[in-house]
Amino acid sequence: MADRAAVETRILNVVRPIVITVLVVVTVFPFLYMLLLSIRPIEELLQNPGQLWIAPSEWTVRTYREVLTSADSGGQGFLKFLANSAIVSVAATALTLLVSIPGAYAVSRMRFVGRRQVHFLFLAVYLFPSILLAIPLFVLFTRLGLRGSLGGLTLVYIAQTVPVSIYMLRNYLSTIPESLEEAAAIDGYSRLQTLRKVILPLAAPAVMANALYVFMIAWNEFLFALLFLVEDRADWTVSLGLAQLSGGIEVSKTVLMAGSVVLTLPIVIIFFAAERLLTEGLTAGADKG
Amino acid sequence: MSLATETPPRPEERPQPGKKPLTARQRENRAGLAYLSPTLIVVLVVVVLPIIWTVMLAFQRIRLINLRRAGVFGEYSMTNLETVLTSPGFWSSLWTTVVYTVGSTFGSIVLGLIAALALRAPFRGRTLVRASVLLPYVAPVVAVTFVWNVLLSPQFGLANDWGMRFLGWDRPIAFLSQREYALNLLGWQVDIPLALLTVIMFEAWRYFPFAFLFLLARLQAVPHDLEEAARVDGAAPTQVFRHILLPQLSAVIALLCVLRFIMTFNKFDDVYLLTGGGAGTEVVSVRVYEFLTARFDVGAAAAQALVLALGLVVLLAIYMRFLAPRVEGED
Repeated sequence: MADRAAVETRILNVVRPIVITVLVVVTVFPFLYMLLLSIRPIEELLQNPGQLWIAPSEWTVRTYREVLTSADSGGQGFLKFLANSAIVSVAATALTLLVSIPGAYAVSRMRFVGRRQVHFLFLAVYLFPSILLAIPLFVLFTRLGLRGSLGGLTLVYIAQTVPVSIYMLRNYLSTIPESLEEAAAIDGYSRLQTLRKVILPLAAPAVMANALYVFMIAWNEFLFALLFLVEDRADWTVSLGLAQLSGGIEVSKTVLMAGSVVLTLPIVIIFFAAERLLTEGLTAGADKG
Repeated sequence: MSLATETPPRPEERPQPGKKPLTARQRENRAGLAYLSPTLIVVLVVVVLPIIWTVMLAFQRIRLINLRRAGVFGEYSMTNLETVLTSPGFWSSLWTTVVYTVGSTFGSIVLGLIAALALRAPFRGRTLVRASVLLPYVAPVVAVTFVWNVLLSPQFGLANDWGMRFLGWDRPIAFLSQREYALNLLGWQVDIPLALLTVIMFEAWRYFPFAFLFLLARLQAVPHDLEEAARVDGAAPTQVFRHILLPQLSAVIALLCVLRFIMTFNKFDDVYLLTGGGAGTEVVSVRVYEFLTARFDVGAAAAQALVLALGLVVLLAIYMRFLAPRVEGED
């Protein structure tokens, strides 16, 4: 048996670096490919689709210029799309937190009728396909004239992210000792003051992770943007713009790759800046089995 | 409770923590609901009411044109459900959804497990590697589907160019638009559903980081002395995995199965963006979208979405009843 252990250990010592290398290549390569194509002239790509690396002297930023300049000046207007995405995502993030922080506090600390049933409500958000919600919302927003407005889309994003936000925050809040609150109460703080002046500063890392998480969900979202905003190009988010333009053949692929980079870059920056914060927030509670 | 009712405190008294007098409890109850009410309102308006409305729409003959006169008291009928359930395309798309979901769930969890085991022990640059492995999961779906589309394109894709140059393919393979591909396996001709397999591969690629995160977190909580003892006793790594790590992971794996299954079953973006639902990849959610936006048949779309949701509930019920490992009471 000891033999088997030795043989296996030796094999694993060889296999493990290979597995790690393959994993990194497989996950990173598509993004590298995106970046490399975005700085290539299109003629060059069509001639040599298999060539990855081209000399830096042939690199071009024409693609970025074309994708960012407004449609009136002959570009693709991604700057406008970026602004739309940013407005919707920032608004959704701020409002989601405003709604979910008191909610998470209530669920983690207070006893009230129906506290145990709250989970079912949240389950509904995930159990029912978003395409199912999309139909009546599509109808409703058409009637209210909210279709084609960024406000309507923001509202949907809040509903989609509040449950997960409450869940993540609740996990964190329940680690803050209750005696702190009791002390605050004895000092004469009201409940709201306690939440604002005692709990929030302590929960700042969780709130931050949560904010970034919600921002990323809103920034990446596609289906509702497609349903609500598709009619007017001025309303498109970056995701929607890229999806709509990549369906046609008028815009060259390298220009769209530049669009992809523009769409992906903010997320990658946020993610690498706050990686530890985010991964810990996401899996909080998972290690409890 | 009973103690509190016997001695109701005077209103100006601050309630003692632990004693729970009735008024304090009522106040807490009210405050709790007040704090949660914004959440409840948003979820009610944008999630619960739409679900109820979908159920109503599913039983009414409604198209987008006559939507104005549709209301609660419209004519209810089973026509939509009948049309949907008897149309041949629906059952095949439901089957596609199941295959796609099971394949993607399985693929992403297996890949995630491999990644978690490989990245478990510390090494130089591990943090960076761990972060880059998570990239497919956090990146915008539109961007990654677009890159895959270009990468696999028969005209200017890297995969086909390298395949023909280095692997000796005769002609480019249309990974995302070819329904069947005749694969020559040791003299046997096997037809494989190429586009569907490609989409499943994409899903496994995009969501394995999710499984990886959960599994890694759990792996790091496994007590070291347990493994150490086994190793001292001469257990091989595969035995350690089989008898020590796997039992510790089983609860997380079960949870991941359920989560990934639900999320993939309802997924729309990935398939829509990769293939548009063509070439044998039409999952139900894409079909619903087609009914809604191409045929403007709101009623039939709602009926299909409803069947999709019910299908998921049934599958989950079966899972919970027969397959799920017994979980001790939560909280």
